[in-house]
Amino acid sequence: MSETASFLRVEALRLVAERSGKAVVNDVSFDVRRGEFLAIVGESGSGKTMAARAILGLLPPGIRHAGGRITMDGTDLLGLAPDAMRRLRGAQIGMVFQEPMVSLNPAMRVGAQMAEGLKLHTNESDAQIRARILAMLGRVQIRDPQRCIDAWPHEFSGGMRQRIMLASVMLLKPALLIADEPTTALDTLTQGEVLDLMTELAREQGTAVLLITHNLGLVARYAQRVVVLCQGERVESGETDQVLRAPSHPYTQQLVDALPRRAPTQPSAHTPRPLIEARQLSVAFPVARRGWFGRAGTHIAVDAVDLTVHEGETVAVVGGSGSGKTTLGRAMLRLARASGGEVRFKGVPVASGGAALQQFRLACQLVFQDPYSSLNPRQRIAACVEEPLKLVPGMTAAQRAARVAEVLDEVGLAGYGPRFPHELSGGQRQRIAIARAIVRRPAFVVADEPVSALDMSIQAQVLALFQQLQKQHGFACLFISHDLAAVEQIADRVVVMEAGRIVEQGPRDDVFDRPQHAYTRALLAAAPIL
Amino acid sequence: MIGYIARRVLMTLPTLLLVAVAVFVMMRLIPGDPVLLMLGDSADAAQIAQARQQLGLDQALPAQFVHWLARVLQGDFGQSISNSQPVLPLLLERFQVSASIVLMAVLIAALIAVPAGLIAAWKQNQPLDVAIVGGATLLLSVPSFWLGLLLLLAFGMKLGWLPVVGYVPLTEDFRQGLLYIVLPITTLALIETGVLTRMSRASAIEVLRLEYVTHARAKGAPESQVLRRHVLPNAFAPTLTLIGLVLGHLLGGIAVLETVFTLPGLGRLLVDSIFARDYPVVQGVLLFTALIYVVINLIVDLCYPLFDPRVAAQ
Amino acid sequence: MRALRANALIGGVLIGTVMIVAMIAALWTPYDPLAIDLLAKLKSPSAAHLFGTDEFGRDVLSRAMAGAAASGSIALFTVIGAVVIGTIVGVLAGFVRGWTDRVLMAFNDALLAFPGILLALAVMVIVGASRFGLILALTLAYAPSVVRVVRGTVLSLREKEYVEASRMIGNPEWLTMMRHVLPNCIAPVAVLSTSMFGWVLLSESALSFLGLGVAPPAPTWGNMLSGARSYLESAVWLGLAPGLCIALTLLGINLLGDALRDRLDPRMR
Repeated sequence: MSETASFLRVEALRLVAERSGKAVVNDVSFDVRRGEFLAIVGESGSGKTMAARAILGLLPPGIRHAGGRITMDGTDLLGLAPDAMRRLRGAQIGMVFQEPMVSLNPAMRVGAQMAEGLKLHTNESDAQIRARILAMLGRVQIRDPQRCIDAWPHEFSGGMRQRIMLASVMLLKPALLIADEPTTALDTLTQGEVLDLMTELAREQGTAVLLITHNLGLVARYAQRVVVLCQGERVESGETDQVLRAPSHPYTQQLVDALPRRAPTQPSAHTPRPLIEARQLSVAFPVARRGWFGRAGTHIAVDAVDLTVHEGETVAVVGGSGSGKTTLGRAMLRLARASGGEVRFKGVPVASGGAALQQFRLACQLVFQDPYSSLNPRQRIAACVEEPLKLVPGMTAAQRAARVAEVLDEVGLAGYGPRFPHELSGGQRQRIAIARAIVRRPAFVVADEPVSALDMSIQAQVLALFQQLQKQHGFACLFISHDLAAVEQIADRVVVMEAGRIVEQGPRDDVFDRPQHAYTRALLAAAPIL
Repeated sequence: MIGYIARRVLMTLPTLLLVAVAVFVMMRLIPGDPVLLMLGDSADAAQIAQARQQLGLDQALPAQFVHWLARVLQGDFGQSISNSQPVLPLLLERFQVSASIVLMAVLIAALIAVPAGLIAAWKQNQPLDVAIVGGATLLLSVPSFWLGLLLLLAFGMKLGWLPVVGYVPLTEDFRQGLLYIVLPITTLALIETGVLTRMSRASAIEVLRLEYVTHARAKGAPESQVLRRHVLPNAFAPTLTLIGLVLGHLLGGIAVLETVFTLPGLGRLLVDSIFARDYPVVQGVLLFTALIYVVINLIVDLCYPLFDPRVAAQ
Repeated sequence: MRALRANALIGGVLIGTVMIVAMIAALWTPYDPLAIDLLAKLKSPSAAHLFGTDEFGRDVLSRAMAGAAASGSIALFTVIGAVVIGTIVGVLAGFVRGWTDRVLMAFNDALLAFPGILLALAVMVIVGASRFGLILALTLAYAPSVVRVVRGTVLSLREKEYVEASRMIGNPEWLTMMRHVLPNCIAPVAVLSTSMFGWVLLSESALSFLGLGVAPPAPTWGNMLSGARSYLESAVWLGLAPGLCIALTLLGINLLGDALRDRLDPRMR
């Protein structure tokens, strides 16, 4: 680990998309030293994934190499014969991918997949291979490695699959590990676990790590040096502390600024009244029977929860996957059927049907997580935003059109009415989803992970928009998220959920600075914050 | 696993029951006296009276259905009007002919189509792929009876290599029998190769996009291993489903080829008995074919876990 | 992209030609397809008879044109019928679920258990040989496929967030279905319809070939091929013309269907 000589050099790399001729990566240079942790940071379209794939010669069809060199220990990687390259892959350079759900072959047992690399690159016997696999699985904290070897990938959760993938790659003791957004699809707690593990293993074996990510928080925590890419060009590189604390390029500054920051709490002018209350709210799902004669079970997603949201305040609900936060949000909006307890709106229990429910619906709305499936692809934007207004009694067509224009302007997308969803980017679609949610000037909005699927700088923009709209219209908000950083910026109160129950709640500063419950502390520890 | 098998088998029972109901209803819907339909015009009064009692025509329709079903389950499919033979043995005999041709043709087609589709997907959009897809599309656009006629013309009449009419079972005389079935099998195999190649290619393209394929390459696996161990098992499942559908579909469509090549198969039997108004046989063929189709789909479903372990876990 | 345009172009040209020919044939053909002229029987293709004549001296070209009109109209009505019935049943089953779904799908599966032609044959035995009977039989044989596809699409669309959003706004279920689910079913149904047109055409030809579809003397490509069997060697054009017509039409349909599928799929994302 003391060698500081760089052993992987990328010089003036240029990758071009065949169809359009556009440069995906343009004149990018960086180097990786033995045993170090280098991060490549950029948003979508920055070319970071392509640059990494070029190192292994695994460019997808349609992208080709148009200039530059990549050398490892002096060997020109781009000029290598296919056989030589194949010998290098896995043995010298390992790669871990993003989507744990599709990174393991579902038709092959885990043991066989893990053994594949060893069989290709070493002469070890089956028994030796098996022993090594068992040891490594234990090292990555997989319970019961014996059973794991004979199991199928679908029997494991996303986090466990990433660990298996990591074990599989590190078994070969590569000199370089390329990790392409390995934890983006995982929730905060698991993210931390997997990355900590990766760092440990790399340090043990002296493996250099090249981490590709869009998450500056992770970079700050794990990387020694960082390279920032924007639209295929390198804009800045250097020691992590240096770059993040005093960025020299405006784009880097923009990324750093986009990290959510805690604003000082605004004390409200008057004591707000409770708007929506959940009392002993429970939601249970029947679990499908196994076969014709199996017993039906129930899964309790929300377990007797008491939660009050006051007028104009933002309550953040955080927790890992399976904590029940999404179900709670939907139950409070009466989108999921409650199996116990009640929801009160302005002191009156919300009915399950009829005119009363309609009134409730008029006053409450939901912003969804996935900007790509929350808008009907066949509906124009204007029609989409107008649709909720059609149910408001007494509004004429002209009034509706005026309100739609007003709301589109508020979210910064004036004039986008005639367009279709597929013409908009993810961030723009999410703004339309917000527009649709506030078009009836609701009193209460539930936002279900509204920014998780977006790039960092877009996230910041959308969060800022949210805050501004809330200030302008004064609606109460239930903000559901697994991302503590986003929550820190806009929440007044924070509620932490685990396994269907609230384990901690309180004003934001209290929960963040003085967490009481172990789960809260674990979440905070895992959250990559600057 | 046993649970999966048991579940699948049990799930076919309601379908089979409904199929029986459908056939029963269809036969009853044919205009005419049900007894005369089943016995033909030349039956005498005693036979008619006996049949009327057997069919239970004095009872309510559901009761009649139950009687009928009971007899069917015992293997009594009635008697052919044309030759007074019991229907079931006739069905089985004819089925052997049709089945042997269909199975062999589909097997040959699959053996060619699956690798062809895989290779086409691997070289997607390159000349080889375009050629394979083009060829497959051409093949599946040709009607089987026309292709059969053309092949018959070329190899049977013009060149005289193969016989034009007739059939000899393989069990009797293998060489002779082979000559009679080469043309129909070739015809069918050509067309089905087109159908299966396209599906194999489409599902292989889907799989090649997935990360575990890139991961296998990143491990340093040679392309042949990637294709064989990672792409093929995962891409095969949809093709398997299609094979099941094709087999079932051919059970009906084989009628035209049997007409062209004058083969004594099940399809031909159905057509002949429709013309001869031999309704017991018509009923038998319908019932039998539907049963076989359900069984084929069941077998395909049971093979699924071999290719996709996730299925058995549900 | 290039392959796409080539597909669409060739397919379009083929189908366009067939459609134009069929429409012309409804009004005019070089000779009356049914007119017998024993003096001109079994003449090979010439200037007077572009496709030759058959054993009754009838002009093969005219018969092929009339056959296009006949087969085309039967296939068209069948596809329309199957799509309408199939969509209604599929949407009901997929959206309402519960017992409605289970019962409908049980019947659907039972119908699907019969290979297409067999079911059509059975229905024709009941209804009798007529053009209407043929259309009814084929519709019943192919509607279940539409039901399955539509139901599958509806089931996956129900999970989409914009459907939930519609409920969230307060729209009644039927409005959600009409405004958000149905329009997004169009694409898969369109793709299926093009393929189905081909299958129905083929089935009708096969049935007519067997003598159980459109009966002679009314020409359809299938029964023309059947009649050509006895003259396979002596009058080759009798066998070539109708078969070529079917093959080219099917090729056109398949190419167009491919182009349609490729164009619609990425957009859906």
